[in-house]
This record gives sequence, structure tokens and C-alpha cells, in this order.
Amino acid sequence: MVQLLQSAIRFSAVFLFGCTGEILTEKSGHLNLGIPGIMCGGTAGGCLGVALYMASLSDPSKPDYFALVMIGILMAFLFASILGGIYALLTVSLKCNQNITGLALTTFGTGFAQFIMDNFVERGNFSVASTYIAQGFPFAQKLGWFGDIFFSHGILVYLAIIIALVVSFFLKRSKIGLGLRAVGENPGAADAVGIKVDKYKYISILVGSGIAGLGGFFYVMDYAQGMYDSYATIEAFGWLAIALVIFTLWRPNLAIIGSIVFGILYVLPYFVGGDSSTRSALIKLIPYVVTVLVLLVISITGSKKAQPPSALGLTYFREER
Amino acid sequence: MSNNVKAKREPLFHIVKREDLKIGYKIMIYAIAIVVSLFLGGIMSSLASKGDPFSFFVSLIDGCFGSSRKLWVFLQQMALILSVSMALVPAFKMKFWNLGGNGQILIGGLAAIACMFYMGGKADDGVIVLVAVIASALAGAIWALIPALCKAFFNTNESLLTLMLNYIASGLVTFFLAVWVKSGSGVLEPIKYGNLPELGNPYILIILFGALITALMFVYLRYSKHGYELSVVGDSPNTARYIGVNVKMVVIRTMILSGAICGLVGLLLTSGMSHTIGVKTAQNMGFTAIMTTWLGNCNPLMIIATSSLVTFVTKGMEQVRMDFGLTNDSIANLIIGLVYFFIIACAFFIQYKVVFNIKLKKAVKATADNTVVASTEETSTEIEENEEEVK
Repeated sequence: MVQLLQSAIRFSAVFLFGCTGEILTEKSGHLNLGIPGIMCGGTAGGCLGVALYMASLSDPSKPDYFALVMIGILMAFLFASILGGIYALLTVSLKCNQNITGLALTTFGTGFAQFIMDNFVERGNFSVASTYIAQGFPFAQKLGWFGDIFFSHGILVYLAIIIALVVSFFLKRSKIGLGLRAVGENPGAADAVGIKVDKYKYISILVGSGIAGLGGFFYVMDYAQGMYDSYATIEAFGWLAIALVIFTLWRPNLAIIGSIVFGILYVLPYFVGGDSSTRSALIKLIPYVVTVLVLLVISITGSKKAQPPSALGLTYFREER
Repeated sequence: MSNNVKAKREPLFHIVKREDLKIGYKIMIYAIAIVVSLFLGGIMSSLASKGDPFSFFVSLIDGCFGSSRKLWVFLQQMALILSVSMALVPAFKMKFWNLGGNGQILIGGLAAIACMFYMGGKADDGVIVLVAVIASALAGAIWALIPALCKAFFNTNESLLTLMLNYIASGLVTFFLAVWVKSGSGVLEPIKYGNLPELGNPYILIILFGALITALMFVYLRYSKHGYELSVVGDSPNTARYIGVNVKMVVIRTMILSGAICGLVGLLLTSGMSHTIGVKTAQNMGFTAIMTTWLGNCNPLMIIATSSLVTFVTKGMEQVRMDFGLTNDSIANLIIGLVYFFIIACAFFIQYKVVFNIKLKKAVKATADNTVVASTEETSTEIEENEEEVK
């Protein structure tokens, strides 16, 4: 049980990064279906950074913890933001259709990530780097099961939770957050009160993509212990992250709990013994089924607090009112 | 007043919606975009493998038209993409974002395989095929009916719902594979019973299906009352209601049609080609078809062009991979993504135009103390710019 919760919480960071990033993007009225591709891109960027850093060391078995983590995070963020930038350029400035651009970005991003991983990333030192990135607090073991569940994770898990809380606070309590929500709800009105709609959209897409990109980086470097087989795994997490956005009703603070629930559902098949192949297939269905149900319930009840941003998916053209 | 004009910085350019552009220009814009994107792709492939960009194009063409077998495969693949696109066209024309092509194909294929699995050996092959055809169309239709009903009655966001249904469909496939395959490997051996008949060679049936569906859909959209109704619903649901169209009915009817075609494609992919099923059976065609349909502007004739382009790049890239010794499909995805981006961006240059304000800025500066003159100047420069654009 402790083990289940421990790996579920650890795993939840993959979803939490992706989900928080997508929420931030969707709040500006942009349904970014490129998140799976962006998460792959983040993976490639982070891994590239780690690989370059490890290669530059004279003794690769003893990297500097702080530098390693920072380089990984920054590169993952940067690469994911670049992919997000393509999306932003096409959908905000060039006013292209968001669904189409997002899907194209997923195709492009997965290819791009694999391209980088195959040609430029030397994965020899990844297991060493991963043990550094995934190390928990030193006092975790003294606290028994409590420490295992809450303090045994790598720094990125806590970063995910902190980012989710910060984004949540930012959206709900800050003036810029209010402006951003206005842009997502009614860009015309936001423009009329002097909010720079395009600037808000660009920044939220870039930052949101960057955050999402950390999810892929976390998966490879922390959860998978430096193993990377193909983009397909991370792509699947991207779609789940988009599902999670609906599941958590566009709220980053709920996303923390939601991602743990998804994490439990994801790791559960590995903990349930017996006739597992049929049962695990069914368990893997649950996140999607639950998401569908949530989507139905919110649309049937029509509760105002639980709706997607009303301008979600619509292109804003200033001269057309 | 004059201070206001001075203080407000004019942006360098602004964007104006364009009136209808001549077809020649449109084709030129697209052609440039495709050539540029493929050229970039060539450079990238040669970077990855140290080949030269010229042989990239040779391989690309060779992969599609190099031999008669390659040509058949190309046509077959194109027919499949075209069929799925035709399933999506009516939905997209209705502004219903059916992102669930993958799921509808998979569930149709699953229904077909289920018929083959349970009836194989017990019934006549002809009977099995007949039942499989009905079952797959029905399964696809039901899978599309779910979001249609939700959209019609609860106004649920259909793009998110259909997206989720894709994954439920692929989960169901995994589940049934786990039930059917006793060894637990999750790989179903090809089933020998109830396969679709081959007409001469394995490709013709699918190609004929693609051609037929395209022709029928063209007629349906252009000449039938249904086709007219769904385009009105897409343009303005309120207008549709006003003229007495039952919007809910149209949404449901159209989606049943859309799902049924996808289901039949699932039948072709399983019973007609692989004789087995896996989570990747749909080959992501649902998404590819979204691209071809949208890029083809929901016009069946243009979609023929876009789906042949996409198939050309996909199939061509397989050859490039072999010739250049690339280990996986990463570069193919990269280049297809690139082609998509460029074509998507074309829509902007066709719908809008960029008007530069450099002249305008000078005019405003010169007459900053006289707002009235400035404003008339502004309109006149804009007209001038417009004329230049038209030329």
C-alpha cells in the first residue's frame, strides 16, 4: 500500500506538469492539442542538456547535483517553449485553426524529439544522472512509511506541486491572472479594457508549454531511471494530461489530487496480481472513462464554475467583432 | 486631440481580412509552402544520415512510384486516408470537431474481428463478411453517436469527448486481445475466416471503396438536401433553426454517417488487410484525415489533392528511411509535421493580408497637429496599399 502510494505520487508529477501547463494555456483560450508533442520535446531538450553536461565532466560518476538539475530543467523548459512558440506563432499571430495546429505539433514534436534523442543525445551516463535527479530528502528513511510517501521523491515532484500551487494562486488571486482569464473568456472585452490580448496569449502558451515539457523530462530522468525507449510512451501521457485538465475542471490545485488519482490508476496494474492482463486493460481504461463522465456531468449540470474558458478554441481577430 | 495622435505609437503593420483570392495565387502559395517544407526536410534528413538533399527527393519519389507494387500500395494508402477524410468532411462542415476518427476506425475493426473470431469456421465466409460489414459500420456509428447525442442535448465539448473516446476504443482493443489471446502475449494471429475477397490483387478493393465513397460524398454534400442542411448548421445554427432545420437531428444523422464510414475503414484495415487487430491498427489515420480534411478546406476534390500529398510524404519517407539508413520513423514525423505547419500557415496568407504602415507613419507624423487630415490620409494610404496588394 505504501509502495503503491509512493510510486503513484512520484508518477503523478508527469501528469501534473502536463496538466498545469495545459491549464495555463487553455485559460488564454487556446486548446493546445500539441501537448503530447511538447512533452516529447521537453524530454529531448532536458536529456540533451543532461547528456551535454555529463559529457563535459571529467568524472561523470560525480556530477554536481544543483548544476545537473538546473541544466535539465532549463533545457527541457526551453525546448518545450520553442515548440510552444511554433504553436503560438501559428494560432495567435497567423490565426490558424488551433485543433489542426495542435495535432500537427504533436506529429512534429514526437518526430523532433526522437530525432534529437537518436542523433545528439549520448545516453551512456543517464543512469548516474537519474540517481542524482531522483534522490529524495536524506531524512526520508528515518520517518518510516510517512517519509516514503511524502519525502522520498526527487526534487521535480515537489517542483510540480509548487508550480501547480503558484499557477493556481496566480490565476485566482493576481491581477494579471484575472486578465488572463478574461482573455480566455472574452478576448474582445479584454482588449477593450486595454489588456494586450496577443501578449497574454503568447506568454501563457510559452510558459504553459515549458511547464508541460518538464513532465516528459521528469518521466525519463526520474521515474524511468534514465531509460528511454520511444516517444510513444510520453505521447500517451500527453493525452492523459489533456484528459486530466477536464477531470480537474481547469483548476491547477485540484490537478494535484487529480494527477495522484491518475497516478494510482496508472501504477495499479503493476500492483494487482493474478489474472492481470484483462484486469490491467480495464484499469487502464478508467482514467478516460472517468474523464468522459466528468465532461458529461459538467455539461449536463452547466455549473458556471466548472466550464471550460468560453473562448476556448476560438481565434481572436481584432478587426472582426 | 493632437497630443493623442502623437502619443499613440502606430504598429508597424496590421492585418486585414482579404477578399477572395484568385485560384492561381492560392495554388502558388501552396506550391511554395510544400516545396520549401520538403526542401527543409531534405536538409534535415541529410544532416541525420550524411546523405545529400538531392537524393532525398529521388528516394521520396521512388518510394511512391518506384515500382508497380509501390504504386499500388501508394494508391491503397491514399484511398484509406481519403475514405477517413470523407467520413470527417460532413462533420467538419457542420463545425463538429470529430477528432475521434481513430477510435471509430478501431471500434469498427474490433467489431469486424469479433465477427471473424466468433463465427470463423462455424458459418459460411460470405455470411461472416456480410455480418462483419454491418457490425463494423454499426460499431463505428455508435462510437460517433455518443458524442453526437451529448453535443446535441447537453452541448458537450465534442473535440475533448471524441479525443477521449479514441483512447477508450484502444483500451477496449487491448482488453479484447487479452481475452482472446490465451497466451497473454496480446498479439492475435491473423484469422483465416471471413476475410474480405480480393479482386485481382489485394489493393483494388480498398481503392475502389475510396473512390466510391469520395464520389458519393461529393454528391451528398453538393446535391442533396442533407448536405445543404448540414452546411447551414455549420455556418449558423440559429439560421438553421429559423428556416426549420432540426439541428439536433442533423448533428446526430451526420455523425452516424461519419462514424459508419470510419467503421467501414476499420473493416477494410482488419478484415481486408491485416486480418488481425492491435492498438495501432488505425495507423493514426483519424488524425491524418483531420489534417487532410481541414487543409483541403472540406472540399472533397481538394481533399483528394491533400491526401495524396500526405500519402506521398509518408510513403516516400519510408523509402528515404531505408535508403538513408535511418533507424526509426522520427524523421518522417518531423518532416510531415513540417509540411503540415507550412500548409496550415498558408491559410493565413490566403485569408488575411498584412498591410504595412510605414507610409502611414510618415503621413501621421507630418500632419500630427491636424488630426482630420491625418485620418483622411490614413484611409487614402490604405486604399493605395490595397491596390498594390491586388496587383
